[in-house]
Amino acid sequence: MTPILEARAVSMAIGGATLVDAIDLDVHGGETVAIVGPNGAGKSTLLRLISGDLRASRGAISLKQRDLHAYSSRQLALHRAMLSQHVNVSFPFTVEEVVHMGAGDRGRAAAEPLVETALHEAGLADFRHRKLPTLSGGEQQRAHFARVLVQLACGEAAHGPGLLLLDEPTSSLDLRHQIDLVETARRRAERGTAVIAILHDLNLAMRFADRILLLHRGQLAIDGDRAAAMQPETIRQIFEIDAVIAHTDQGVPFLLPQTMRPADKAT
Amino acid sequence: MLCLLAALAGTALIAFTVGAAGIPLSRLPAALGLWVDNTTSPLLARDQLVVWTIRIPRIAAAAMVGGMLAVSGAIMQGLFRNPLADPALVGVSSGGAFAAAAAIVFTDSHLGEGLRFIQHQLLPVAAFAGSLVTTILLYAIASRGERTSIAIFLLAGLAIAAIANAGIGLLVFVADDRQLRDITFWLLGSLSGTTWAKTTTLAPVLAIALVMCLSIARGLDVLVLGEAEAFHSGVDVERLKRISIVLVSAMTGVAVSICGVVGFVGIVVPHLLRLVIGPAHRLLLPASALLGAILLVGADTVARTIVAPAEMPIGILTAAIGAPFFLAMLLRQRGLVAL
Repeated sequence: MTPILEARAVSMAIGGATLVDAIDLDVHGGETVAIVGPNGAGKSTLLRLISGDLRASRGAISLKQRDLHAYSSRQLALHRAMLSQHVNVSFPFTVEEVVHMGAGDRGRAAAEPLVETALHEAGLADFRHRKLPTLSGGEQQRAHFARVLVQLACGEAAHGPGLLLLDEPTSSLDLRHQIDLVETARRRAERGTAVIAILHDLNLAMRFADRILLLHRGQLAIDGDRAAAMQPETIRQIFEIDAVIAHTDQGVPFLLPQTMRPADKAT
Repeated sequence: MLCLLAALAGTALIAFTVGAAGIPLSRLPAALGLWVDNTTSPLLARDQLVVWTIRIPRIAAAAMVGGMLAVSGAIMQGLFRNPLADPALVGVSSGGAFAAAAAIVFTDSHLGEGLRFIQHQLLPVAAFAGSLVTTILLYAIASRGERTSIAIFLLAGLAIAAIANAGIGLLVFVADDRQLRDITFWLLGSLSGTTWAKTTTLAPVLAIALVMCLSIARGLDVLVLGEAEAFHSGVDVERLKRISIVLVSAMTGVAVSICGVVGFVGIVVPHLLRLVIGPAHRLLLPASALLGAILLVGADTVARTIVAPAEMPIGILTAAIGAPFFLAMLLRQRGLVAL
């Protein structure tokens, strides 16, 4: 099976600082990938490179066997959908109008069922006529997630499974909605979408992803399954904390942070 | 939309009848030539002269200028994702006025003697160029990264307006008496002296601009999510920005070349409409054109009757209404967003 996304030796340097350093990555349809790492590790930069938002200083990225920058913005939107971390809407659009924006220039009637599904998945069916700026941060984040789901669905209806990119999609959500969101993303993956999400909460990352990319100082420190990333020694070196790691009945690891101390003093 | 069209017709009707030479409604159809009256009275001849050579071009110009200013304001607010944007407030009109004033002084000087015969055609082009340069400058200064800061935007606009006004001041200083009178007209804004020739310059610009507006309406909607998110959603952001900047500059520039700096239409009209019909640009832009037309035809009618037989410059009137409105909006926003 050919990967949906291929990145080869991708680097990004701005003003002498290397934010992303020679990363190789193949992501296939149906995969759930979490990007984790401390602040400044290059997670958002990597995701923005993959989304086509930034152009790599070195290396190449292709989406469905075609160079990412060979797509027009309109074509690209049909193959990958991305949710940015902070989206600020300054005009009083309703939730429904914002979710509709995901449908691009599709007619209202054609987009209606997709919008309906997305509103329900984001738990916003009752909020559809509310003005977006009047909602809480978490509710707004869910509305934007619904919008991105509509964009993904429109593209996939025409071109088959695509790529869904999420930059800290749960940062303003309560626990229940965090789980709802990652479950929704997983359901998309079961239908063939490749999903890549930046997550700060390692436990949520374990719950969401089958594959973990652990970034450290712009480099890919670990690319593997949950067990590979959740090693006490790795956590200590990269996050500079001690942590107790246990497992659920299903064998999914979870972590309880302990003390904070610099890695070089750890014994 | 139908309500707005009806309101525009009503306002125009009132505008037809009142003025230095009053024409009661009963005589209007005959004056317009809709009613063939065999008795050729001197009164009818006077009415026809007033309606055809003064009032129709003036009302048409007021309607088109109002439409252009309101649509420019709405596009600019969409482009800057900021409901407080207005071409006159942030120096785009001043930039156009400066360029137009420079064109007057230049074509009247020895250097520009060769261009004097096309002075009338040159003014809108110069005003457009002046507005274009100011809009691009403003965008370059105020839009950094994902957010346009309201404070930087307004302050940059203020600075640009100050530079343009200093330029106008300099031109006033070097101008002779006749040029001075022409330039003063730009500073205050007025529709007196509107001719058919000027009115016909407006029509094609407005028509082309309105058609193009509809092609960018969806893009402007999605742009409220921010440039990155608009790009992710499939909008060609650079193209959208270029078209918006050219549209705002063309409409503001041409409007300024006809009637000088008329402020606040671009801020009041879209704001009121968003409260009623919502912020979606597909509806907002054409509705702004209509309400802008209504507002300016109404304001012009007041301007030319309130101190009759003299005329009040319309710029003073729109500022007197618009500035308190702007302050009220600013105060309302103060609690909601960090300036």
